[in-house]
Amino acid sequence: MHEMSIAMSIVESVVAHAQKEGALRISGVELLVGKLAGIEAESLKFCFSAAAAGTLAAKALLVVEEPEGVGECGECGMRFQVTFYYAECPKCRSLRITIVSGEEFLIQSITIEEEGEQENV
Amino acid sequence: MCDTCGCSADGGAVLRKPGESDYLMYVSDGNHGYTHHHAGEEHHSSANVQGEHHDHAHDYHHHESITRKIVLEQDVLQKNNLLAERNRGYFEARHIFALNFLSSPGSGKTTLLEIIIPLLQQRIPVAVIEGDQQTTNDADRIHALGVPVIQINTGSGCHLDALMVNRAVKELEVQDNSLLCIENVGNLVCPALFDLGEALKVVIISVTEGDDKPLKYPTMFHEADLCILNKIDLLPYVEFDVAKCRENAMRVNHHLEWFEVSAKSGEGLAILLEWLEHRLSHH
Ligand SMILES: Nc1nc2c(ncn2[C@@H]2O[C@H](COP(=O)(O)OP(=O)(O)OP(=O)(O)O)[C@@H](O)[C@H]2O)c(=O)[nH]1
Ligand SMILES: [Mg+2]
Ligand SMILES: [Zn+2]
Ligand SMILES: [Zn+2]
Ligand SMILES: [Zn+2]
Repeated sequence: MHEMSIAMSIVESVVAHAQKEGALRISGVELLVGKLAGIEAESLKFCFSAAAAGTLAAKALLVVEEPEGVGECGECGMRFQVTFYYAECPKCRSLRITIVSGEEFLIQSITIEEEGEQENV
Repeated sequence: MCDTCGCSADGGAVLRKPGESDYLMYVSDGNHGYTHHHAGEEHHSSANVQGEHHDHAHDYHHHESITRKIVLEQDVLQKNNLLAERNRGYFEARHIFALNFLSSPGSGKTTLLEIIIPLLQQRIPVAVIEGDQQTTNDADRIHALGVPVIQINTGSGCHLDALMVNRAVKELEVQDNSLLCIENVGNLVCPALFDLGEALKVVIISVTEGDDKPLKYPTMFHEADLCILNKIDLLPYVEFDVAKCRENAMRVNHHLEWFEVSAKSGEGLAILLEWLEHRLSHH
């Protein structure tokens, strides 16, 4: 899987956003990686920490949400969970299924730390 | 460095041209466009910030930092996708029909190009972009056909991306009203995620691989427009169920156009060429 260069482009992107916001560092990154997105979440997490080393995101906690695949039947409209690109409608046995969720691959949010009041001055 | 993928941070791609040994172009700011250079600077600035405080852990509460959450909802592949759309617009404006050839290493992408290009060239100018981690071997093979070709060496990178193709097209000076064949790096996984701006994705499998390939690499088959089963001349010698392979491919993607060929004997190529020529004339 291609997780290392994907991880690097995620780090590049969140660091650019954080810099624009004037952040001291990034404390959290939330990703949305659908179960059908073709991305291995575990190796992405592994690669993320390597890619983030030495950047504003070095200490960031990576949270990956993995939405289930959902298909919709083109015949009867039934929606049901799928684990693959092909599926059979559990109600009418049709194979005309459209994937309506599970292909997401988004940087959902970042949490940044900014300079605040110094209480001991 | 990633064990699963083999990509490294310094994996900058380069362009090479057969017969021009002094030609070398660096593709900067690729999809791996994060540089260590940058990382170093950021490291310095964060080290300075920490240096202002002293080393005791409890010094932290002398310094109050505010935490803020920023919602981005940004597509991770957005940068590549945007550039791919630019390539697509450029191809459409100039009537360049671009095909992205994808397969495992050794399924026969270059051999297939070697046999179909001389036939296609009779009706349309052809240009080729070759993608490999190292060597100009494949570009040399295409160069021998007398068509314009450029080699992209991705180094440690395991796939082509839209930026590499964007640069390669400019260097290659692809003619208007032509066919552009892009041979991707041999890999059934990563290239599936990277749109190059092509009109069609062509996935090739050979009968020496398993007939369950489409089920093992569903993303690739799901993204493809055409599937070419190659090396059918070897069917008598291998255990490969063509019907089952086709069924597996169709289960992943029922819009897939299916062809069975031998790039060695030429069997099945007439049907493939007829289909391609039909698409070219309706382009
Ligand atoms: N028998 C037989 N051999 C083939 C056929 N097509 C290709 N080959 C052989 O398969 C080997 C690999 O072919 P290539 O065309 O180099 O494969 P490729 O997909 O371009 O490989 P990479 O660029 O390394 O990913 C070569 O030895 C070819 O001669 C075919 O239809 N039949
Ligand atoms: Mg090749
Ligand atoms: Zn990669
Ligand atoms: Zn990879
Ligand atoms: Zn149904």
